[in-house]
Amino acid sequence: MNTMFSEIAWLIPLFPFVAFLLLLASGRSGQGLGVTIGTVGSLASLVLSILVLMEHMSDGSKYYQDGFKWIDLGSFQLNIGYEVTNLSALMLVVVTAVSFLVNVYSAGYMKGDERISTFYSYIALFTFSMLGLVLADNMLTLYIFWELVGVCSFLLVGFWFTKPAARAAAKKAFIVTRIGDAGLLIAILLLFWYMPDHALDFVRIENVFEGQSGTVAAGVTTLIAILIFVGAVGKSGQFPLHVWLPDAMEGPTPISALIHAATMVAAGVYLVARTFDIFQASPAAMETVAYVGGFTALFAATIGIAQNDIKRILAYSTVSQLGYMMMALGLGSLTGGIFHLFTHAFFKALLFLGAGSIIHAVHTQNINEMGGLGSKMRITAWTFGIGALALSGIPPFSGFWSKDAILTTALHENPVLFVVGIIAAFFTSFYMARLFFLVFTGRPKGEGRIHESSLTMTIPLIILAVFAIGAGFVETPWNNTLGEWLTGAAGADHSGSGLVMVVSTAVGALGIYLGWLVFVKGTIARDAVSSRAPWLVGLLERKYYIDEIYAAVIVKPLRGLGSLLNAIDQYIIDGIIAIIGGTAVLLGRGGIRLQNGQVQTYGLITVLGLVILIIAVVGRRFWS
Amino acid sequence: MLSSYLMVAAILFCIGLYGALVKKNAVIVLLCIELMLNAVNLNLVAFSKYGVGASLTGQMFTLFTIAIAAAEAAVGIAILIALFRARGTVNVDDYDEMRR
Repeated sequence: MNTMFSEIAWLIPLFPFVAFLLLLASGRSGQGLGVTIGTVGSLASLVLSILVLMEHMSDGSKYYQDGFKWIDLGSFQLNIGYEVTNLSALMLVVVTAVSFLVNVYSAGYMKGDERISTFYSYIALFTFSMLGLVLADNMLTLYIFWELVGVCSFLLVGFWFTKPAARAAAKKAFIVTRIGDAGLLIAILLLFWYMPDHALDFVRIENVFEGQSGTVAAGVTTLIAILIFVGAVGKSGQFPLHVWLPDAMEGPTPISALIHAATMVAAGVYLVARTFDIFQASPAAMETVAYVGGFTALFAATIGIAQNDIKRILAYSTVSQLGYMMMALGLGSLTGGIFHLFTHAFFKALLFLGAGSIIHAVHTQNINEMGGLGSKMRITAWTFGIGALALSGIPPFSGFWSKDAILTTALHENPVLFVVGIIAAFFTSFYMARLFFLVFTGRPKGEGRIHESSLTMTIPLIILAVFAIGAGFVETPWNNTLGEWLTGAAGADHSGSGLVMVVSTAVGALGIYLGWLVFVKGTIARDAVSSRAPWLVGLLERKYYIDEIYAAVIVKPLRGLGSLLNAIDQYIIDGIIAIIGGTAVLLGRGGIRLQNGQVQTYGLITVLGLVILIIAVVGRRFWS
Repeated sequence: MLSSYLMVAAILFCIGLYGALVKKNAVIVLLCIELMLNAVNLNLVAFSKYGVGASLTGQMFTLFTIAIAAAEAAVGIAILIALFRARGTVNVDDYDEMRR
């Protein structure tokens, strides 16, 4: 077994890190270099990642782990290291590929931005942290990179910090994911407490929890699994912590593609996949994951219908697709979840970059102000269409195969979630049809000349479109390559997948047809629903009032508590300090007045002191 | 008998102390200090006559004290006159050199 490239896998995250350091060091003088350094760094990682992946594909399941001792505390030892499994090798390629394409794309999209160098350094830092997260071999290392990724997300969402909305979105993204991070931290502490030898590395976690050996009590296992899932919920934008993801669309569009569609939000799914044995040891946790995922998939898909901002529609579709992945993991299908993550990364990055190309051309994000772009932006239109079809689950595009894998599992395991998945798939294809038809067909609405974006922006679109078509064939009902390679077990049960394929295709096609009827042909009036049930449309447009509910239930009481604590600080704590200070000042003033140079005063005080002394001495004799 | 002497001496001392601390005229302050000294002398004499180990040593000591008190009064008056020449006042409130 040759592990040549896996042995140097630690170099993969280092390339972008070096790029980040270089850009940081060059400061303002490096404005022109940003693009080159960032792109070269990510290209180097991409090449090495592909080599590692090929090595892993060549002769079956392979594993490489290396690291060094970080902290030695008595019997406990903490290592920092990396490990390359088939799962992480796959993730490496996904992350570096999307990162590289986003780097190329941003050269066109961010052209002329005066902070483009900073932008590239942030992307490089993000790529570094994400790759570190993927390669981490224990929970603590993973947590460190997990937080770094969160910081990068904060920096990039708030990249245009002069916009108040971007500032608010960055803060929201940071604070909301922090709630999830707290859960993950507690889970890690619990693991540390209950694991034999306080081991935190994934290998030993796997050994302990595999087959429910009972080393860790069932209740604790469930608690740990749920808390890890809370972390994943925060990062992957699952209900109820999904609120930050749509707001994060205030960041530059390439960032939305890289972080908030393809890679970072997948970190939650990756985390659950990585600690899958803990989840499998606890049926209750698995059920929670499945139901939260299923609910999020449907919930976000319905919101997507009523949004008007092109990026927000895609954001809600991301939330919804991540729900699918979680549902697959919760139903026990590691392959399904990771497969969907893999295909979704490509077609969602494609959709976001396509949206960026559109926004770049028309300078608006409202789809009602667009129209008729299809003839003017042919490449964008075609590639966007491919992405939309892949997302809608139309064969033979990649999304079809991965969604099919998930739905087949759901049909076997839990018919309720199967129905939920099918309904969500219908809504998905409907809102994508709405988006596509409103933007690319019909009459142009905006003024000014609209032209296709530059080559640096269209080439990544074409490459991603190729992946969006082809990536699905690694795992089909007749071909379990990915599943066997990923889990090492024989292929999943595919009986009944024929039915699933027919149903999901039919539902997807129905959604698109309905979208065509409403938004192109006009057979069904566009206000058919809004005129009859305005409350329903309002409910969807306001995203089920989740933000408002949070503001009323959580933000306001916390603000109240904050101002109360502030008042305590200001009046009680500061008051005590003011009293102490005032006493010292008063004492000083008294001291000054005593020093008046009058011998008689000094004498008087001396006498008084003597009298007090005598009283004390005599008094002691009387009272003691 | 002893306690009467001591009582008179104590009263004398207190009057002296009061005057020394309160009076504004420097000459009176000086006189009050003499009063306090004499209260001490009275004590010494009383103890030498009626004390437990009565002896003449106390009275001898008193003579010395009177002599030294006379010298001290002379020095005090001299300083006071010098001060009066320099400052033009005998009010002790105006003597606040120690403040500076």
